[in-house]
Amino acid sequence: MRVALFITCLADTLFPEVGRATVTVLERLGHEVVFPEEQTCCGQMHANTGYRAESVPLVRRFARAFEGAGADAIVCPSGSCTAMVRDQYAGLAAASGDAGLEASVTALVPRVFELSQFLVGELGVEDVGAAFPHRVTYHPTCHSLRLLRVGDAPLRLLRAVRGIDLVELGEAEACCGFGGTFAVKNADTSTAMLTDKLQHVLATGAEVCTAADSSCLMHLGGGLSRRRAGVRTMHLAEILAAT
Amino acid sequence: MNGPRRFPEAAREALGDSQLRANLRRATHTIRDRRAAVVAEIGEWEALREAGRAIKEATMRHLDVHLEALERSVTDRGGVVHWARDAAEANATVARLVHEAGAREVVKVKSLATDEIGLNDALAAEGITAHETDLAELIVQLAHDTPSHILVPAIHRNRAEIAALFRRTLPGAQGVSDEPAALAEAARRFLRERFLGARVGVSGANFAVAQTGTVCVVESEGNGRMCTTLPEVLITVMGIEKVIPSLADLGVMLQLLPRSSTGERMNPYTSLWTGVAPDDGPQAFHLVLLDNGRTDVLADATGRQALHCIRCSACLNVCPVYERTGGHAYGDTYPGPIGAILAPQLHGMRGPTTSLPWASTLCGACADVCPVGIDIPGVLIHLRGRVVAQAARGDVPAGERLGMEAMARVFSSRRRYEAAQRLARAGARPLARGGRIEHRLPGPLAGWTMSRDLPAPPAQTFREWWRAR
Repeated sequence: MRVALFITCLADTLFPEVGRATVTVLERLGHEVVFPEEQTCCGQMHANTGYRAESVPLVRRFARAFEGAGADAIVCPSGSCTAMVRDQYAGLAAASGDAGLEASVTALVPRVFELSQFLVGELGVEDVGAAFPHRVTYHPTCHSLRLLRVGDAPLRLLRAVRGIDLVELGEAEACCGFGGTFAVKNADTSTAMLTDKLQHVLATGAEVCTAADSSCLMHLGGGLSRRRAGVRTMHLAEILAAT
Repeated sequence: MNGPRRFPEAAREALGDSQLRANLRRATHTIRDRRAAVVAEIGEWEALREAGRAIKEATMRHLDVHLEALERSVTDRGGVVHWARDAAEANATVARLVHEAGAREVVKVKSLATDEIGLNDALAAEGITAHETDLAELIVQLAHDTPSHILVPAIHRNRAEIAALFRRTLPGAQGVSDEPAALAEAARRFLRERFLGARVGVSGANFAVAQTGTVCVVESEGNGRMCTTLPEVLITVMGIEKVIPSLADLGVMLQLLPRSSTGERMNPYTSLWTGVAPDDGPQAFHLVLLDNGRTDVLADATGRQALHCIRCSACLNVCPVYERTGGHAYGDTYPGPIGAILAPQLHGMRGPTTSLPWASTLCGACADVCPVGIDIPGVLIHLRGRVVAQAARGDVPAGERLGMEAMARVFSSRRRYEAAQRLARAGARPLARGGRIEHRLPGPLAGWTMSRDLPAPPAQTFREWWRAR
């Protein structure tokens, strides 16, 4: 299968290892991977903060970048950026009054998948040949859980990793408090939510906290780092790429 | 309510109150677990939710028709209908009716609509005393407090605090213990005198059936039923969105509401009344139909979903933001996720409530539990867009707008985007140590760095790696 990578601006700039791991996993499974270099950002930050007008050109840029990729699937290692495309692009394109954009979005959206959703739901793969002999706990991010409905796809992938000691996170489905610009606009509330989430993470005794979204992990990792907690955050793709 | 404060500032105060957070956490988790258990009992819950959503959507589309039908039905059964454009009109109508009944006191069923219009204060200004009879509302009233939860108005208080309040304010309750039964008994003794003396009762309405003119109130204590049956005159104040077309629709709603709100299969008291009946219950019935901004909400095709709400409060009980900040931080009768989409719209998208659409991480837990399928996160995003679009009201910091526009320009060009990546890397270098930035930074990153380190941009972006491989 020819797979086009949709690497979020955050992963591209701050967490390139997540993109590299995604390439590793997909190529190991025998897929041809392409990266359309005209992509920048999906526009989630703008749309979710209320800057709809500013997000429309980014929808257009996304459509142009991936239209010509000739890919069977567009795969992204982020639940929230995938949810942005799947949940909001059609509405933004329709409201823009640009029929051409609407048509290309309609054609692209069904082919955009979050990584775990693609591996388990589309390819039917659970064992990607990874080995990671460490104690790990998994935080299901809200957009993966409630907008994309990835269900237990990430957990199925993790359970198949050799040597992993997967420990359940308490109150796993509670939001970590990131919420994009919420973390800045309502910093006090965000911090209170983060504090509770980190207590659950620390209670697992895990060495690594993983999730399928770099943005939530940046929030959790930033809090763990500030506490000198000694617990690392790693994206799901990095664990799946480990051997 | 709590004065003109924006959510982030009001929340900060609540977050500092560890007793409040403990009370809220215990109470919301108890109700949410109970709700989850009784909802799981119903196999066709999703179909039931969809039925509820469809009823609300269809009713809102022809709200005028249903309201006129309701007026006819109520009038035909001996009731009197009053239309109130706003809070002032509704309050004046109720005060006039109480005066006409020759009363100086009224007993009240817990009602959000009358809280929304500030009825108790308006009546007090007319020399009329309103007695709240719902136990939690009584607690709030005795403490000169405001409700902090749609269903559990005193959720922010624990029983030790309530016992102290009763000892201080209730006649004959100086020695009451903090046992729930003892507290309930003390309130019962106090309230019984109010019920027996009152000639006028005031209620809200959970539903009103257009077809028959039947008004419905659901409650747990029976005090509401006392208010709607003992007095000679009954005045009901209801928001116009509470109308439903038929008794069959009521059947759907009465399955959705108790399970979603109190986590019960059925609530203990469901009172239905239709106009007046000779020698049975109140001999005069007045229905005040309150607009107070609702027709303006109706004009917004996305935002109007907020009017579908049946006030079950399930969204409050699962909301991580409400759980930490409590209802007072929202500064309105309607707190939590539903308040974040309803309050700003009812206030005409003006004032401090316009900060509420951002009082959410968009985690979506609220949408998953809403018994009538309101897409709360979708409406939040829509309202954020409306606030941002109505420029020059100071609802959005100027710096934020400039920053967002600048970011959009950067992301609109691959060349500018890649230049910005290089710039970020260079700019972060002097601040970074061991791959992270630990400093408390000024400007837009101040909020982030108050509790979190930032990752420093690494030596190579993904796209640089891709090109080099």
